[in-house]
Amino acid sequence: MTGTKKQRIDALAESTVDKPEDSGVSLAASAWRRLRRNPAFLVGAVITVLFVAVALISPWLAPHDPAARDLADQVVKARNEIPPAQPGHPLGGDPQGRDFLSRLLVGSQQTLMVGVFATLIGLAGGLVLGTLAGALGGWVDSVVMRAVDVMLSVPSLLLAVSISALFARPSQFTVIIAVAIVQIPIFARLLRGSMLAQRGSDHVLAARSLGVRPGAIVFRHMLPNSLGPVIVQATLVLATSIIDAAALSFLGLGNPDDSVPEWGQMLGGSQQVIDSHPALSFWPAGCIIVVALGFTLIGESLRDALDPKNRR
Amino acid sequence: MALLEVRDLTVSFHRRGEPVFTAVDGVSFEVEPGQTVGLVGESGCGKSVTSLAIMGLLPKRGAKVSGSVTFEGTELLRLSDRDMRDRRGRDLGMVFQDPLSSLNPVISIGLQVTEVLERHRGMPRKQAMAEATDLLNKVGIPDPTRRLSEYPHQLSGGMRQRALIAMALACRPRLLIADEPTTALDVTIQAQILALLKELVRDTGTALIMITHDLGVVAGLCDQVNVLYGGRIVERAQRHELFVEPRHPYTHGLLASIPRLDAARGQKLVPIPGSVADNIPWDHACAFAPRCANALDVCRGQTPAEEWHEGRLLRCHNPVEPAADAAAKEDLRV
Repeated sequence: MTGTKKQRIDALAESTVDKPEDSGVSLAASAWRRLRRNPAFLVGAVITVLFVAVALISPWLAPHDPAARDLADQVVKARNEIPPAQPGHPLGGDPQGRDFLSRLLVGSQQTLMVGVFATLIGLAGGLVLGTLAGALGGWVDSVVMRAVDVMLSVPSLLLAVSISALFARPSQFTVIIAVAIVQIPIFARLLRGSMLAQRGSDHVLAARSLGVRPGAIVFRHMLPNSLGPVIVQATLVLATSIIDAAALSFLGLGNPDDSVPEWGQMLGGSQQVIDSHPALSFWPAGCIIVVALGFTLIGESLRDALDPKNRR
Repeated sequence: MALLEVRDLTVSFHRRGEPVFTAVDGVSFEVEPGQTVGLVGESGCGKSVTSLAIMGLLPKRGAKVSGSVTFEGTELLRLSDRDMRDRRGRDLGMVFQDPLSSLNPVISIGLQVTEVLERHRGMPRKQAMAEATDLLNKVGIPDPTRRLSEYPHQLSGGMRQRALIAMALACRPRLLIADEPTTALDVTIQAQILALLKELVRDTGTALIMITHDLGVVAGLCDQVNVLYGGRIVERAQRHELFVEPRHPYTHGLLASIPRLDAARGQKLVPIPGSVADNIPWDHACAFAPRCANALDVCRGQTPAEEWHEGRLLRCHNPVEPAADAAAKEDLRV
């Protein structure tokens, strides 16, 4: 009995003492330590790395030119015949007779591009608005936040559709802008909230008591401490912006030039034949879901890892 | 001339939809160069608000500050934001209660110390780093070079408070305000930090305003003590006089409620009944009257004035008679 009790006390003592690996680690480093052990993060990371790698090398990976109508002779519109799987074309062709696998692979490029750029632009806009509102407060805060509230009150996809519809000529660029604008209010609201919490925090008061200038207070003391939730949101937004962009393309608000493949647009093109050729809908939809899942898993595990209550 | 002269300082909070709350109500005191002055009282008596008002750190919206705070002849309350900012950290330093939350968690200790040096002494980063090493050394942090590259969560509580003291003293301010600097620390660490403050004050000639609810801290450190109740000073005396002969019933109660090693076995502590919530406004009465053992009818009907009694300031209609306290006096003489 005494032995086990002693062991327990020893274990307790050990757990409260700083471990050697703990010394010299910043917040980011200790978050990374916890991330590495999280299976959800590993799954998300594998999906994401695979997806990004495929997107980068897809032009060389694709067995055929995604725009060439190699199998056009097998397409019979009247009888709803679409090239089936065959040697050299493992997934067959699309309704225009283009190699489906190649289009799927190359399509990842557009998806990655839309996701990354829409998120970055949304993040940048949200950072500016959120910092302004959170740092200045007062009427600036009121004006910015009311504008944000108005945007948030419209369902995001409806808002994206309305913004895309404003452009005379839809293109991949207009999709990115539409999706990005939809994300801005989310980032702005999130950042403003954590900035306000920082503004009243002890360490900001301490910095003010040392005469630190307002600019340095905002950019050195408030902003870096407010970024955690924003970074998490950014990974989650990558997923939603991929889905939103696919939805816009699916609705015909994307790039009208279908020689550049895009998953949402492929899904839209397969829509009329979904009962006779469900595989043509399944593949692009599956890709969108898996990629979105990958980013979501990373985002969720990042949120857990950055939560200060979980430290150590 | 006094280093700091606080005259009739009044701070009231105006929030929409709430009655005006006066946290500090006409407080006056002086701090001579190199002197250590204590502001003592329980939670909510206005100690911290007084210090924030002196530092100009109260929110512009909502808090109304009146009266006068003169530092070396300059009226601080009328300085522009910019000028006040230049003085904070350079002429006046402040140390806060909770050392962990008072440090920026995402920046290394080194950057936080050098930030002050770069800001007020215009040092280039490299020179500031060397100076920061010196400073950490001076406040008793071992292995300062390594500590400079570490983050707040890697330091112990005592070391964090030492680092904050180093930051507050980095530009050799002539006045340091310490707002409950030991409350969040272990008893042994408390003693170390107090010893450090005492030593630094002696070596640098910095005047110190010590804000605390802990009379033990006052006993070891302060030259002069102001006891606050309900936003007003109720008693001011030199340390020795205050401890030997507390005259205000509140001070008397505070001293009686301290546990003592030499108390007889089974002897109960004598707490002050009630809480700050029982305060009545000073307008037509003594705010302490509802909790006071000595309260007379006049205490509930008339505001006591500040009066000088044998070298001490007292705000009381019916002070504790020195004779009544002979026993306590004996105790303290031992």
